[in-house]
Amino acid sequence: MTTVWPDLEPLLPSVQKPARYIGCEDGAAAKPPDPSLVSWLMTYPDTYEIGLPNQGLQILYEIANELDDARADRAYAPWTDLEAEMRAKGLPLFSVEHHTPADEFDILAFNLSAELTYTNLLNCVDLARVPVRVADRRPTDPLVIAGGHCTYNPEPLADFLDAVVLGDGEEVIAEITRVVREWKASGGEHGRDRDRTEVHLALAALEGVYVPALYDAEYDGPRLIATRPNRPGVPEVVEKRTVADLGDWPYPKNQLVPLTEVVHDRLSVEVFRGCTRGCRFCQAGMITRPVRERPADQVRSMVAKGLARSGYDEVSLTSLSTADFSGIDGVVKGITDDAAQTGCGPVTVALPSLRVDAFGVKLATQLNQARRAGLTFAPEAGTWRMRQIINKLIREEDLYEAVDAAYEAGWQRVKLYFLTGLPSETDLDTLGIAELAKNCVDLGKSKGKRSSVTVSVGGFVPKPFTPFQWFGQNTSDELQRKINLLRDDTRKSKGVQLKWHDPKATLAEGINSRGDRRIGRVIERVWRAGGTFQEWTEHFDLDRWTDAMAAEGLDIDWYVHRHRAEDEVLPWDHLSAGLHKDFLWQDWMDALDEVGLPDCRWTPCYDCGACTGYGIEHRVASATPPAGGSQGTAQDLGTGGAVPVQLLGTRPSTTEASA
Amino acid sequence: MNAVSQQGTRLRFRYAEVGKVRFISHRDLARLMERAFRQIGLPLAYSEGYRPRPRLSFGLALPTAASSDAEYVDVSVATTVDVDPLIDDLPHRLSAALPDGISVTAVAVLEPGAVSLQQVIASCTWRIELLDVAVDDAADRVQRIVAAPTLPLERERKGKLTTSDVRPAILDLELVGPTRNGVELEAHLATKPTSLRPAELVRLVGEGIGIGQVHRTHQWMIIDDIRSEPLAEASTCPPDASTRPTYELAS
Ligand code: SF4
Repeated sequence: MTTVWPDLEPLLPSVQKPARYIGCEDGAAAKPPDPSLVSWLMTYPDTYEIGLPNQGLQILYEIANELDDARADRAYAPWTDLEAEMRAKGLPLFSVEHHTPADEFDILAFNLSAELTYTNLLNCVDLARVPVRVADRRPTDPLVIAGGHCTYNPEPLADFLDAVVLGDGEEVIAEITRVVREWKASGGEHGRDRDRTEVHLALAALEGVYVPALYDAEYDGPRLIATRPNRPGVPEVVEKRTVADLGDWPYPKNQLVPLTEVVHDRLSVEVFRGCTRGCRFCQAGMITRPVRERPADQVRSMVAKGLARSGYDEVSLTSLSTADFSGIDGVVKGITDDAAQTGCGPVTVALPSLRVDAFGVKLATQLNQARRAGLTFAPEAGTWRMRQIINKLIREEDLYEAVDAAYEAGWQRVKLYFLTGLPSETDLDTLGIAELAKNCVDLGKSKGKRSSVTVSVGGFVPKPFTPFQWFGQNTSDELQRKINLLRDDTRKSKGVQLKWHDPKATLAEGINSRGDRRIGRVIERVWRAGGTFQEWTEHFDLDRWTDAMAAEGLDIDWYVHRHRAEDEVLPWDHLSAGLHKDFLWQDWMDALDEVGLPDCRWTPCYDCGACTGYGIEHRVASATPPAGGSQGTAQDLGTGGAVPVQLLGTRPSTTEASA
Repeated sequence: MNAVSQQGTRLRFRYAEVGKVRFISHRDLARLMERAFRQIGLPLAYSEGYRPRPRLSFGLALPTAASSDAEYVDVSVATTVDVDPLIDDLPHRLSAALPDGISVTAVAVLEPGAVSLQQVIASCTWRIELLDVAVDDAADRVQRIVAAPTLPLERERKGKLTTSDVRPAILDLELVGPTRNGVELEAHLATKPTSLRPAELVRLVGEGIGIGQVHRTHQWMIIDDIRSEPLAEASTCPPDASTRPTYELAS
């Protein structure tokens, strides 16, 4: 086994943030390179700061290192300054633990959380000295596999990935290890006579593993007719993997504690996986069903042990909607009590997303959160009509109640997250965003506070396996027009700050999100033209994407802006997140009828397929819902939220005149 | 929360920082230290405010990529803590909580009113490797610097370009000998009233000369013309309680 460290070390004094490349984290695995083990290189295709906190990779890293027949290191995309030096000196991508060249691993495993990291995946594979296309790989090259939310439509990356894992990876990692171990043992001493198709077939036999090379996509002109297995014995449809009980997987046990600052520099404890609120734009919520809550006492002990081990004074309780955790009250109290006992200063508990009501704020208040940072709420849409369409059933009163409670508790800054470009959105709906924000500022003024409200607007990208997968994305011009509407409308309102996501980046995400295999050539072109780090404004250039689409003769309108019909074959139809396609279509129709759908955790099942298809069910930590129930279920869905009278009275007349 | 005014015993730690870990920034180091104290369960005095922070004060920041045998940090423990029974084990326990490459080599109780490290450090001794330069050439260059009556150096200070004579900051400069990739200098550089950093010194030796390993061997304080270290490295760690170095600072 070799190490690039002696060659890398002299380069580090002159690159930005060299601590990204040294490893040495507390929690890093010490399992040394050993050719008898199946070696995984867990790779995040973006910088160390963004990739290190990724919980999915950390969990699998730890599990792989606990297996008798496997070991794992980690790698991250080197920043452009180091990459240039590495390419000049002929240094390959390396692991941060042992600085082992990436091509000495058996498996390069990528986490894909964002479409705009796809070009970085190609770059990492290339830096690893591995051919980017599966078809060009030699018998001895590592297997390139990927997991993570984006792999529910892996088709744009089909030419580059040997295998794709759908869903939870905790169990399947041992199965993949076994298959690769057996394959490694074949093909002679140096493996030169190994047959990649053989390992592809063995992997495809595992539940939850999709091997793109074993399927052919058939087209009729631009239309996809089917994606079908090209060999006997390969499943027609690949089902996702679901861990039935999160309590069986208390990982990470030894969360990595980085030496240098990363984006979420704190302890993270996942309190539940899955979400049943049924927000129709939200892919994460749909594909991770059903809800699997971690037992409350396990949460408490993971927090206590994690804090003591790491020395962190902040813990984030992660999930898609942590205030909905049925054991939340007890857990919060337990954490605060445990922390008080150590005497080593206050512990902050962070919730990644707050429920939009007074209950959410009460929780935040209990949690000792820094007032400076402000509170974040995500109403997602500006009008009740729109929120019924997206099934985020927050009434206007809920938001005002939450904001009011936040001001009362000492916060002065409120951040609101919205999407624009949603199905059937009118300018009135868009302007409703500004209206809500202005009302929140006025609410603060009526209390004599200097409140500021930051509005963050993102362009909506329809995602696979959601009811909105049939919807034609707004053009970037249309998104920009809507942002301009908001900008003009809030310009005169002191206290409202508008921020938005670049609609051009939204378009590039759209190309990948619902793209088919033909988009792979576009990704490769963008990468070859130097388009790495597309998540970074300073490196993103839409022209690279539009040029590549044109060069491949592919039509952006057809891929991104076109509404799909019910009978259209979608590029991910041969994959399954458990959700029945007719359930999703019905939900799409309900959306267009402006009908909301309550949370199935506390109401009868709609048979979406996520539980019923796999013979599992929701697992909750407590039999009773948290105070206030799951928001949106206990209220009369027929009524919209009228602005409270008392609030209208507080609005300055100038605002009313201009509205 | 303990207010600053009510802080308990103040401790001074000495530590070395070598190997891969030297690529972290000073800011990173401060966060590591905070975490290490929580890991070993030694409650520190906290600052006041919405976001209370433990009070740690360091010597002169070590440049990223430089290693050192002589780093210092002062901490105030919470009033509730009796350090006496704990102190001998602290270097060992803290080292275990810190990453590989950082080892705590001594600890001492500071007298009340002891002056802070930032105020008291006056100079540092460095080992600096110059890359791709012949020994004879380097010796000539060093000779010229030592012989120069003045050495004007243009540098950026608070966003402005200023020129100052940095000769007084070079207290001692010697060529130690060849290394595998170049030559090594030993430099004793003042930090006040005029200061000179290792990278700046290398610029004076010759524009375009590469810098290899930079290693700090000492931070010095000068009191009544006598040069001494803020805390000597314990010859054996932990020291016997009766011979525990308790540092007294004249102020
Ligand atoms: S199968 Fe039923 S209970 Fe399970 S997530 Fe779907 S709708 Fe909810």
